[in-house]
Amino acid sequence: MASPTAAMAPTLERFADNVWLRFGLRRLGRLLVSVWVLLTAAFLMIHLIPGDPVRAALGIAAPPELVAARREALGLNDPLWLQYVHYLRDLFTGDLGVSTITGLPVAQVIGDRLPATVELALGGFGLAVAIAVPLGLGMAVLTRGGRRRQAELAFTSSSVLLAAVPEFLVAVGLVYVFSVALGWAPVAGRSSPDSYILPIVALAVGPAAALARIVRVETLSVLQADFIRTARAKRLPDRLVYARHALPNALTATITIGGLLLSGLVAGTVLVENVFAWPGLGSTIVQSILAKDYPVVQAVVLVYGLGVLVVNLAVDVTLALLDPRSTIRES
Amino acid sequence: MRSRWGSVLRTPVGVSAAALLAAVLLLAVLAPLVWSAEADAIDTGSILRGSSAEHSMGTDNLGRDIFARVMVATRLSVVLALVATSIGVLAGLVLGTAPLVLGARAGRIVTAAVNIAVAFPGLLLALFFAVIFGVGATGALLAIGFAIAPGFARLTQTLVARVAGLDFVAAARLAGVGRARLIVRHILPNIGEPLMVNATIAAGNTLLAFAGLSFLGLGVQPPAYDWGRLLGDGLGGIYIHPAAALAPGVAVVVAGLAFNLFGEAMAKGIGRQTAAVPVRRWRRPAATPVQRVPGPDAVLAVEGLRVSFPGPVTPVRGVGFTVRRGEAVGIVGESGSGKTLTALAIARLIEEPGEVSADRLQFLGKDLRIGSGPALRRLLGTSLAMVFQDPTTSFNPTRRMGRQLAEVAEVHQGLGRRPALARAVDRLRAVRIPAAERRARQFPHEFSGGMRQRAMIGMGLMGTPALIVADEPTTALDVTVQKQVLRLLERIRADDSVAILLISHDIAVVREVCDRVLVMYAGRIVEELPAADMHRLARHPYTRALLAAVPDMTTDRDRPLAAIPGRPADPTRLPVGCAFAPRCPLADEQCVREDPPLVADVLGHRVACWHADLVVGEPR
Repeated sequence: MASPTAAMAPTLERFADNVWLRFGLRRLGRLLVSVWVLLTAAFLMIHLIPGDPVRAALGIAAPPELVAARREALGLNDPLWLQYVHYLRDLFTGDLGVSTITGLPVAQVIGDRLPATVELALGGFGLAVAIAVPLGLGMAVLTRGGRRRQAELAFTSSSVLLAAVPEFLVAVGLVYVFSVALGWAPVAGRSSPDSYILPIVALAVGPAAALARIVRVETLSVLQADFIRTARAKRLPDRLVYARHALPNALTATITIGGLLLSGLVAGTVLVENVFAWPGLGSTIVQSILAKDYPVVQAVVLVYGLGVLVVNLAVDVTLALLDPRSTIRES
Repeated sequence: MRSRWGSVLRTPVGVSAAALLAAVLLLAVLAPLVWSAEADAIDTGSILRGSSAEHSMGTDNLGRDIFARVMVATRLSVVLALVATSIGVLAGLVLGTAPLVLGARAGRIVTAAVNIAVAFPGLLLALFFAVIFGVGATGALLAIGFAIAPGFARLTQTLVARVAGLDFVAAARLAGVGRARLIVRHILPNIGEPLMVNATIAAGNTLLAFAGLSFLGLGVQPPAYDWGRLLGDGLGGIYIHPAAALAPGVAVVVAGLAFNLFGEAMAKGIGRQTAAVPVRRWRRPAATPVQRVPGPDAVLAVEGLRVSFPGPVTPVRGVGFTVRRGEAVGIVGESGSGKTLTALAIARLIEEPGEVSADRLQFLGKDLRIGSGPALRRLLGTSLAMVFQDPTTSFNPTRRMGRQLAEVAEVHQGLGRRPALARAVDRLRAVRIPAAERRARQFPHEFSGGMRQRAMIGMGLMGTPALIVADEPTTALDVTVQKQVLRLLERIRADDSVAILLISHDIAVVREVCDRVLVMYAGRIVEELPAADMHRLARHPYTRALLAAVPDMTTDRDRPLAAIPGRPADPTRLPVGCAFAPRCPLADEQCVREDPPLVADVLGHRVACWHADLVVGEPR
């Protein structure tokens, strides 16, 4: 009786490992394809600009010799495939080119600006999650089974409203109230710790409201589930029923949408940075687009794109860890 | 279709959203006609003034009236948003129907491209396209249009896939309808509604996005202006002149919300189902329960148990019975007879808004009607085990099996993580789960149905149960596995003299396992009798009908199986008299007028029927 099952165990374990391996390979393949598409799109972006980007950047008054020299320096006279090969080679050696406006290496510009943006995005996401998960869970517990209709109405309508207001308008409103009217926070710039408060809050408000709604809806449906009844039949204390049994199951659906919000939040930094004159990538890309500084634009687009892809990867891996069934499901 | 739009306008949100949207659109048409002159009038004498009688929101750096400029900007802002949305929807439709037009291989490439593009946030795509199309209103239009296209392409694909599988499309395809015609004539009309809803919501988001681009200086260029441009120009002076930044901001939010809310209201109106049927009031006094003193060996004693829900509905109406140590009692009845609610009420698992009341509810001598402290929780957690119907959904899919069992011991017996897990493995072994140690590390979905149900029983054995309440424990299982689970319950009962309350609609299962059977109908016990001799002893017409519906060795196989005529009683509209009377062959005027009480004979056999001693078909 015991021996056949014992012999079967390793095989089954190998199968379990395989599920994770297959998931990893599939996910890695998708990531590589996405990265390749992103790199190629960023390359083509420069070549799809109508007219001559060098002429556009230098202005109509620039002498033709200068334009020709700059074209030669940027390798724009080579055949397209050769330019593509050089572009990929340069990327992998970390050479992102030189800013046409300031003459600084683009890699240095990115290195200077990226940390400020990452701080904002992570701070905003952290705050959004820290507000949304307890709020959504709490509202679900309070309003389950049609209880407290008033509270439910207040919560849903205010969260819809907050989620609909774009972050740069929230930012302007916050600046008006807390910097202009109350004088509690600096109006712009990145200096003291309190200069972080308004930008991060501005970024977090919308996603927090949207996420809290989702957490509540998901938790409500999970609270109906049979396994919650089982947990209650085990007479677990309420906090364990909600935190251990309801929350992880509500989160699996939440994380998918939370991931979308996070990548939206990465993009939202562009607007918020411009409101607060935040020295990050967001203000850099706008200035560079306006100044037609294409090497910088290209590099910032790449960084933002990679950021989004990394977020999506993190979401999928977290999902797989939280709900092992998702590794088997076809993505 | 028209009635659906009507239903959108009947909700308060729908009406206000529609009114708001109409106002915004009207303003877009009229505002430039009314305020243009004022908005463009340069007055160097009053630059950057605050609000005054002449300029309600002050003036900008050229002395132009801000209120007038915000009003005039409505047209450009709304028009740009609508055009960008149209570009996005059209591009999305083309991309989304491409798989259908181009065939499988090219379609897959388009789908893959859409899938990758969808992963990037709209603003990032818009910036990407803004680089290509250049700074300015036209560039921004194309940029935002293309940025929302992937989302619409995905939506179109999903909708098309749903419609393309329908019969009429297959029929049209078989009839030789061309691809383009198929899309235009057969598919588009059927996905129009959800597309419209999403396009309306998208228009709101586009308006906000356009304001964002213009605010960044990438959209509308001076001297033209939209709300985003005004906001960007006003922000620099927010310290001295906040209205210049706030007024266009408020306008953007209001207009964006008008589109968004109207879209949401449309979505709700379209998705709305028919209104709920009003519930009839049920008014009937409870039948007086038979008061009996439970013996000293009673594990569970219930008298006058009632469960009600707002409506009001009372699906359990005065149930009373006793379960003794080591005894197996079955509750049978059709679905809706209140047997599951009875079990949940006994286990104190009825949640608000459900309400439980009882004249007596004693478990191991403790009154369950009062208190909810940790002591009572520990008693129930260790001594009362529950087994539910569907083992697939009754385990938490995100936790390992071993941990789900172990937490009982952690919470109630104060065991540490490791000892608790060791006990869980031991209990899994006790319910004959092979390779219990490895199985404990697995997730519920890696177990088979029968194993899950045995594990559920094992979970009940983590403590030292005095009573196992099993609610349809075998209904969701294969016939072969059913036997194993029932045998396991029997063995546990015999080994540790654990009492079992087995709830089932299957009278054959109950007869096999139980000593005593309670028959429930419409929330009441109508008969209580020994399981062994049911055929001979059954006195209630309902019990006899149930028994007759089960074939056994003596059933004449040439005759059709007996079925109980009529429908189960509706708990929202119970009759005054016996609830079974409308389906009973013996019913007379007394049955319709008066509900029969549950009366016990000397042997403890109880029955609630005015004609308990008559046999069906016999003359009275």
